[in-house]
Amino acid sequence: MQIPIEYYLILSAFMFSVGIVGVLTRRNAIVVFMSVELMLNSANLTLITFSSYLGDATGQLFVFFVMAVAAAEAAVGLAIIIAIFRNKLTVNIDEINILKW
Amino acid sequence: MIHLIYLTVLFPLFGFLFNGILGPKIKNEKVIGIIGSGTIGIAFIIAVGALFETLALPVDQRLTIITLFQWIDVAGLNIHFAYQVDQLSLVMSLVVTGVGFIIHVYSIGYMHGDKSFWRFFTYLNLFIFAMMNLILADNFLLLFLGWEGVGLCSYLLIGFWYDRKFEKSTTASAGLKAFIVNRIGDFGFLLGMFLIYSTFGSLIFTDVFSRALSFNVPEHIFTLIAIFLFIGATGKSAQIPLLVWLPDAMAGPTPVSALIHAATMVTAGVYMVARCSIIYASAPTAMMVVAVIGVFTAFFAATIGLVQNDIKKVLAYSTISQLGYMFLALGAGAFSAGIFHVMTHAFFKALLFLGAGSVIHSMHDVQDIRHYGGLKKYMPITYGTFLVAATAISGIPPLSGFFSKDEILWYSYANLGIVFWLIGVITALLTAFYMFRLYFLTFEGKEKFDSHKTHPHESPKLMTVPLIALGVLSAIGGFIGIPEIFSGDHGNLFHTWLAPVFKSAEIKLMNIGSHSHFEEILFMAISIVAGVAGIYYAWYAYLKKPAVADKTASRFKGAYNILLNKYFLDEAYEASVVNPIVKGSENILWKIADNRIIDGTINNLAKLVDNISGTIKKIQTGVAQSYALVMILGVLIALLWLIISYS
Amino acid sequence: MEQSYLLTYLLAIPLIGSLLLIFINKEKEQLVKYFGLAVSLIAFVISLIIYFGFDNQSGDFQFVEKFNWVRGLNISYHVGVDGLSMLLILLTTFLTPLTLLSSWNGIKKRVKEFTFFMLILELGMLGVFVSLDMFLFYVFWEAMLIPMYFIIGIWGYDRRIYASIKFFIYTMAGSLLMLVAIIWLVVYSANILGGFTTNLLDLYKTGPTIDKSIQGFLFLAFALSFAIKVPIFPFHTWLPDAHVEAPTAGSVILAGVLLKMGTYGFLRFNLPLFPQASLDYAVLISVLAVIGIIYGALVAMVQTDMKKLVAYSSVSHLGFVILGIFALNQESVQGAVIQMINHGLSTGALFLLVGMIYERTHTRKISDYGGIAKIVPFFSFALLFTSLSSIGLPGLNGFIGEFLILIGAFKSTVLNSWWFTVFAATGVIFAAVYLLWMYKKVVFGEVTNHNLDSITDLNLREKLVLIPIFVFIVWIGIYPSTFLNVSSKTSEKIIKLVTSPQNQIELGKVDAPK
Repeated sequence: MQIPIEYYLILSAFMFSVGIVGVLTRRNAIVVFMSVELMLNSANLTLITFSSYLGDATGQLFVFFVMAVAAAEAAVGLAIIIAIFRNKLTVNIDEINILKW
Repeated sequence: MIHLIYLTVLFPLFGFLFNGILGPKIKNEKVIGIIGSGTIGIAFIIAVGALFETLALPVDQRLTIITLFQWIDVAGLNIHFAYQVDQLSLVMSLVVTGVGFIIHVYSIGYMHGDKSFWRFFTYLNLFIFAMMNLILADNFLLLFLGWEGVGLCSYLLIGFWYDRKFEKSTTASAGLKAFIVNRIGDFGFLLGMFLIYSTFGSLIFTDVFSRALSFNVPEHIFTLIAIFLFIGATGKSAQIPLLVWLPDAMAGPTPVSALIHAATMVTAGVYMVARCSIIYASAPTAMMVVAVIGVFTAFFAATIGLVQNDIKKVLAYSTISQLGYMFLALGAGAFSAGIFHVMTHAFFKALLFLGAGSVIHSMHDVQDIRHYGGLKKYMPITYGTFLVAATAISGIPPLSGFFSKDEILWYSYANLGIVFWLIGVITALLTAFYMFRLYFLTFEGKEKFDSHKTHPHESPKLMTVPLIALGVLSAIGGFIGIPEIFSGDHGNLFHTWLAPVFKSAEIKLMNIGSHSHFEEILFMAISIVAGVAGIYYAWYAYLKKPAVADKTASRFKGAYNILLNKYFLDEAYEASVVNPIVKGSENILWKIADNRIIDGTINNLAKLVDNISGTIKKIQTGVAQSYALVMILGVLIALLWLIISYS
Repeated sequence: MEQSYLLTYLLAIPLIGSLLLIFINKEKEQLVKYFGLAVSLIAFVISLIIYFGFDNQSGDFQFVEKFNWVRGLNISYHVGVDGLSMLLILLTTFLTPLTLLSSWNGIKKRVKEFTFFMLILELGMLGVFVSLDMFLFYVFWEAMLIPMYFIIGIWGYDRRIYASIKFFIYTMAGSLLMLVAIIWLVVYSANILGGFTTNLLDLYKTGPTIDKSIQGFLFLAFALSFAIKVPIFPFHTWLPDAHVEAPTAGSVILAGVLLKMGTYGFLRFNLPLFPQASLDYAVLISVLAVIGIIYGALVAMVQTDMKKLVAYSSVSHLGFVILGIFALNQESVQGAVIQMINHGLSTGALFLLVGMIYERTHTRKISDYGGIAKIVPFFSFALLFTSLSSIGLPGLNGFIGEFLILIGAFKSTVLNSWWFTVFAATGVIFAAVYLLWMYKKVVFGEVTNHNLDSITDLNLREKLVLIPIFVFIVWIGIYPSTFLNVSSKTSEKIIKLVTSPQNQIELGKVDAPK
């Protein structure tokens, strides 16, 4: 028996929403960062779902792109967070608001 | 030599360039003086040659135009550097180069030892250059070049001793005043030229004047042209209302006053009006204006001259007054009489100024006549020539001034009416009075200077010879214009000579008065009596009973003060014209209009943009999460809109 | 005719010169100065070659070169000169070496950068005058602001930052409206011509066909940009600030050439592109011009700073030029063209002189001077001579321009009123007042400020800067035909285009022939 496509999509949407809420509400930059990863993964899940549903490998191919980009982003992002922490001794993003007028 | 007439312009130019460029290096007064006056002398010789050559020509062919090169050529405006030799310009050239030469020679003596000797001759030569352009020009534009050029030289020469004080102010201020007042006149002259060009399509004399006869131009256009040009003339010739600069012009060295502010430049206005006789003849209203301004200026200036104590000031007001006579003549349609007076006036007024210069020279720059007296025995030549000139200007026959002045008075009666004549005669009386007041206070009576400190002496030959030359001219210069009633069949020589120039204007005026010879002789006698009466009263009040003068002055203290202060004309102009413009420009235009309103608008506009940006920039909080929230809200709204619009 | 590349050479010389300059060691200031001077002199020689090859009898564009640049949009590198631009090119290449020579000692810091910007500036100015493509023109028009911005901002006096930003933003803001109008015009023309083009010669054909009401807007958009540049009252307030704060060389170029771009723009673009609107607005702009003449003169009269005085006098003088342009007849337009040159020479020389005396005394306040005639005679003579040229003494250059403009305006059928001339002519009086008044206060009188006792008269270098200008001042005054002939045919063409009977009929100024 095949699990209906809706289940996958609902899961993916749920994960995405969790990610959004995480990005918007958490203070810790690391957690925000993880929420972003969650959103990316939900997108990956959607890609894979459609790929297998439509029998087209392109979607799975793109997942690899996304994972590669996510990895690169994680590397740069974490590096920035470390740099900020060394400067400000905090990763609380409420306090990191130097990027204004 | 007619065809070499341009050399009368180029020689002074050469002198100007030579002295101007090499003068400071040569430093030798002899070389500079010889070059400076020699060039003028040569110009004079050429002018004399041209005169004789012209005399040999038939009367109707006495107009030659010498074209040098093109100046401006735009559309219909085609102007050349071209010189017109005719009876009128020859008379003027002879006066300018002749009297000019004499004064140049005099200046070598007068300016001896001045640290800027070279500069003086540079300016003088430039002046003659400009003046010759003015006189010989065959078109209005070249005339204007000379017109402004002489104004420039006047400016430079009045302020020649630029570091000296003059009365309440400085010589430089006096020069500036002269230039600016002249510019106001030139403004009128320019407008006149524009109107001539747009009416007749040319600025060349021969074209304009022939078209003035043939074109059907409404009279009010002629009147406007004439009035505009006359405004120019009032500036240059110091007539009401632009006369204020000439008394101040006395700040310059005395030879300058003689040459520029008496003999030549100030008569440029008279020359110009005479040159445009046909235009004035076509505009009776303008003629009337000229006559009224002329006679009024003559009287007005003479009254001021009565009480002045500075020897040069008296002469300055006398000049203004005599210029008024000339305009009276022009306004009466007696153009050649006006030019005749220009000539005789050049002789005796230049002589008066040079004589005054000689006195000032020997009195160590004291100019107040109350501190002179009894100079007769110290400087006989100056005394003699001065007396000749003073008698000439007072209109005593047979000296030159008598003939020219009497002719003017006669025409003012014949063509304008008894009122003009009467004011003219009263002015003649005043003239005789103040000239002899000056003469008696200076040369006769008691010595009022400290004879231990001051040792008056006769001036050197370089100065006295010119005085004698001018003295001779003042004495006999009038004989070429003996009135018809005395000379019989020959007629008035001067008049006949100039007649072709003014022929068309005189035909247009048709005012050959039908008055009897008896009337003419009667009026002549009255004017002689007026002159003698003036001299007598001066003798009575200043020599016979010196107390009379002071008593009169104190009795009419108010009037005396008004006259002494020149009717407060300077102060009136200062308060009504100069101050409002300067203060208005500074306080309203610059500080309020420019800085606050115009620039303020621009700066406030910039500030407004700055303020708005300053307000909206606060949206950029720098908190990444709020940016994300806004973004997500945006996405949600977009999604919602998609869903709604699809369903 | 054989293809000539002279204009490209002319543009290339300052460009290559400035690029080569980058490779010169900046410590070698003397070398940098001589190099800059040499480059600008070569450009002058090339412009002279162009002048001698120029045919006065033709009103068309000459030395035309055209290469495709942006193929898709049909934008091309299209250059050429006619009588109008010929004179302005000569003025530019003539003044640039003189200004470089004049700032020999005045510029003490960053000499290399200064020379670099001056050369780039020359490129920009020449580019504006030779462009025959709207796009190319606009590029040069805007690009030229940048070097000027730096010249004022780096080498200027105390308030240089304020002045340079004001100058930059003010002119830039004006240009943007012009850009909009250019785009409108080009798109409109594309519909008519059936293809996109920014070629000015093509636009000349389509511009006059634009509907009257829209033409008015386009005219105003262009006019605003040029009016700010000229500057026409009331858009002039950037000028005194920029002039006062700029170094001498900057002021000279600003007054001498940059302001002429505005007047050039009117003649090159506004009149031929929008002839009907030009006739419509001629009176309005002439009124502003006359206000500018009097206003500029009156405000100049009460200035206490010499440079500011000269700056305001520019407002007055440029008013004459604008009046001449919009009086729209041969006399007035020719007068305007010659007056552009005159103003470049006379006001340029005035700025040079003020700069020279400033280098000695470090003050520009008029009241700090007095009686310097004795101390610096040649300077005094030069200042007098230049002032006289500026106040329009007959026999010197200023008179020719002012006289032609006034006489043209007087008989102008477009303006159709004497009052323009009457009021404008009062500017001639005021010019004498403010300049000679300043002259009196600075040069005449007794020396009261004894700091002045030790200053030296102009040296050979400074005389070398001034004398060429003086030669032209006299030349134009005595024999202006040399210059008037160059632009004669071009002026005639422009006037004919604008005042052709057809235009006037449409405006109802002339009755249609029956």
